[in-house]
Amino acid sequence: MKGLWIVTTETSAEPTRRDFLYIATGAVAAVGAAATVWPFISQMNPDASTIAAGAPIEVDLTPIAEGQDIKVFWRGKPIYIMNRTKKQVEEARSVSLSALPDPQTDQDRTKEGYEQWLVVVGICTHLGCIPIAHEGLFDGFFCPCHGSQYDSSGRIRQGPAPANLPVPPYQFVSDTKIQIG
Amino acid sequence: MSGPSTYQPQSPWMKWLEQRLPIGNFVHSSFIAWPTPRNLNYWWTFGAILSMMLALQIITGIVLAMHYTPHVDMAFDSIERIVRDVNYGWLLRNMHAAGASMFFIAVYIHMFRGLYYGSYKAPREVLWILGVIIYLLMMATGFMGYVLPWGQMSFWGATVITNLFSAIPFVGDSIVTLLWGGYSVGNPTLNRFFSLHYLLPFVIVGVVVLHIWAVHVTGQNNPAGVEPKTEKDTVPFTPYATLKDVFGMSCFLIFFSWFIFYMPNYLGEADNYIPANPGVTPPHIVPEWYYLPFYAILRSIPDKLMGVVAMFGAIIVLLFLPWLDSSKVRSSRYRPLAKRFFWGFVVCCLVLGWLGSKPAEGIYTMLARVFTFFYFAYFLIVLPMLSRVEKTLPLPNSISEDVLNKGKVIGTTAASLFAVVLAGSMMFGGVQSAKAAEGGESPPSLSWSFAGPFGKYDRAQLQRGFKVYKEVCSACHSLKLLQYRNLAEPGGPGFTLDQAKAIAAEASIKDGPNDAGEMFERPGRLADTFHSPFPNEQAARAANGGAVPPDMSLLAKARSYPRGFPQFAFDLFTQFQEQGPNYIDALLQGYLDTPPEGFALPDGSYYNKWYPGHSIKMPPPISDGQVTYDDGSPQTVQQYAKDITSFLMWAAEPHLEARKRLGLQVMIFLIILSGLLYFTKRKVWSNAH
Repeated sequence: MKGLWIVTTETSAEPTRRDFLYIATGAVAAVGAAATVWPFISQMNPDASTIAAGAPIEVDLTPIAEGQDIKVFWRGKPIYIMNRTKKQVEEARSVSLSALPDPQTDQDRTKEGYEQWLVVVGICTHLGCIPIAHEGLFDGFFCPCHGSQYDSSGRIRQGPAPANLPVPPYQFVSDTKIQIG
Repeated sequence: MSGPSTYQPQSPWMKWLEQRLPIGNFVHSSFIAWPTPRNLNYWWTFGAILSMMLALQIITGIVLAMHYTPHVDMAFDSIERIVRDVNYGWLLRNMHAAGASMFFIAVYIHMFRGLYYGSYKAPREVLWILGVIIYLLMMATGFMGYVLPWGQMSFWGATVITNLFSAIPFVGDSIVTLLWGGYSVGNPTLNRFFSLHYLLPFVIVGVVVLHIWAVHVTGQNNPAGVEPKTEKDTVPFTPYATLKDVFGMSCFLIFFSWFIFYMPNYLGEADNYIPANPGVTPPHIVPEWYYLPFYAILRSIPDKLMGVVAMFGAIIVLLFLPWLDSSKVRSSRYRPLAKRFFWGFVVCCLVLGWLGSKPAEGIYTMLARVFTFFYFAYFLIVLPMLSRVEKTLPLPNSISEDVLNKGKVIGTTAASLFAVVLAGSMMFGGVQSAKAAEGGESPPSLSWSFAGPFGKYDRAQLQRGFKVYKEVCSACHSLKLLQYRNLAEPGGPGFTLDQAKAIAAEASIKDGPNDAGEMFERPGRLADTFHSPFPNEQAARAANGGAVPPDMSLLAKARSYPRGFPQFAFDLFTQFQEQGPNYIDALLQGYLDTPPEGFALPDGSYYNKWYPGHSIKMPPPISDGQVTYDDGSPQTVQQYAKDITSFLMWAAEPHLEARKRLGLQVMIFLIILSGLLYFTKRKVWSNAH
């Protein structure tokens, strides 16, 4: 019996005008469907006010004495700003790269002329806890959750964390002020 | 109606699945091979259109719920944030708000189709009853959804409708308190309405499943009202009905898009752009248009309880329709008397809708009583009587015979559709004059650069308007929903980011507390809003003779005036929606030094021709030459008024240009798609004969 699906008994080797109509309609409908889906996905991206709230911030460094550090929030993340002692800087610079699980020089992680300043995102690269400053075997950071040890340049030395503490984008707008972001 | 399975899976995957869950056979027998009467007209596409609208409302609703906050202090602003900041937020919001109206338009057409063709008669009584249940659920969902923006109409509509239940004897007040969760409509009410508004659509989905199941048990009705007898009477659902439905959906989307992109506020109330104020009742409380006929019935009965009974009764009576109308002939095509009374009933519903938008006084009350009587008389007197006395026309022997005899079906369908659209737009437009036309005269209609389908803002004008705001208005008025960064965004005044930063830095923002626990002042940043110059509302009132200068973020959309008959109907087609800007412009120039003879102007107030009540606390805010323009534009009050109004329109709707641009693309696309679908449908159907 003729299947209920089949609307014509013709068969032809090349697409007919009728097929072209069907293909064109299907294609236009598919394009429309895709175009309609896009706003529903795009709306989940950060909206304009969230992006605006994540604008760069300026931090005044004058209240931070040598050996001290502060924590500021930017884009919802804690950022350590550390005024390192000379001893800390020397320790950080004298480490050989082969001893580092994630090799990076201290020079790559600080700004020229402002070597005592360390600016790192205070989120452990293991599972996201906030490491404690001035703790641990390397005079850097210690993460209490699973025991990751970072040095005075925020680089991972021991423990389960795979990577160094990230350095956020920042620059010195003056000798005593940085802009993060 | 379903015979033995004709579905034979070919692929091994489908064979495997079919043995475990025969979903292939189910889909095939219900929606592909399903025998559909071949004489269905386009009134039968509204079931598919409704399914599409339900899915659309759920999807847009879920996505909006990702950004909405159901708390009285944050709800209104969260929706404005969606419209202004969320990617495509304005589109999603418009789709959902206009979608609700479209959903109701489709359901009313679907219901009237059922009435006309006798689709409620045996054996489809349960199908009909399930439909009425869906309708009731839709009304509950729509009501709660309208409360969520927490505008003036949201709040006061909620207050009025929840208060209805106090009419119930003995337990009424307790029920109302239970609904409110407090001593008045408040945060608990809003929170639970959000929860239920999210829930009910899924309950509707469940009842729709039952509804579709029911129609698959009995088979669809058809315009002749004669059941299919042979295979010649039916065609397989796919591709015949599928394509016709998709074509109908595409045309409906064109109609829908007109509202989304070009007339998003036509079916709504300007007052809902004012945040809810429990201390100020709007002069005219009206529900959304789809409740108006029932609102008219409610108000027409002088007794509180009986009014509520009549209102709910008007819907409950539908449940009894299969037994009230016992005529053996289904379709009104063959019932000449019933047909005329049907159209009379349609007119009665439209008139009741119009009356629902009018104040409940004078001749309107009398008319509402008369038409309420007609409404109930149709179901309780006319239909039962007609079943007994009407002489019906001879029915066709079969559907296929009916199809062969048909010649001018398309003409009558199109004509009646056109008539419905026209009548509908009259009713909608009549609703627009809900704000009583006291005084009669309207502000002059000016020409605005942003008006019409291709309207755009004039950048230079927006910059001038901003200057007027900064130098004059900002002394008293805030723009809390606008941030300095908006000045640099596309579609606006077109300042550069640096210019916007500089403008922000001129402002002083209170921030803190600092480490010493004190608040301090700092220069503004891009993310700061144009805050009020007053620390709180009381200080604002004290400085302005007791009146608080309103925040102007939405002023251009919150103000309106009635356009009158028949202008409002034309407005839908000409896209006129500039009542707000016309009003603001006129008000700024509408001051009179001496009030007219006999007008008692209170001390401390000023006479303004356009301000409702004519007595305004704001002194004439601007005079010639007050603001210097760098571009050579005239420094007159008239020019200032034009410029500041344009600026305020942009402040109320920063994405206007994007909306119209996308609207043009969507309309062109849908017209092309509808054309292709029409020819595809015709091609496919040409094989059906």
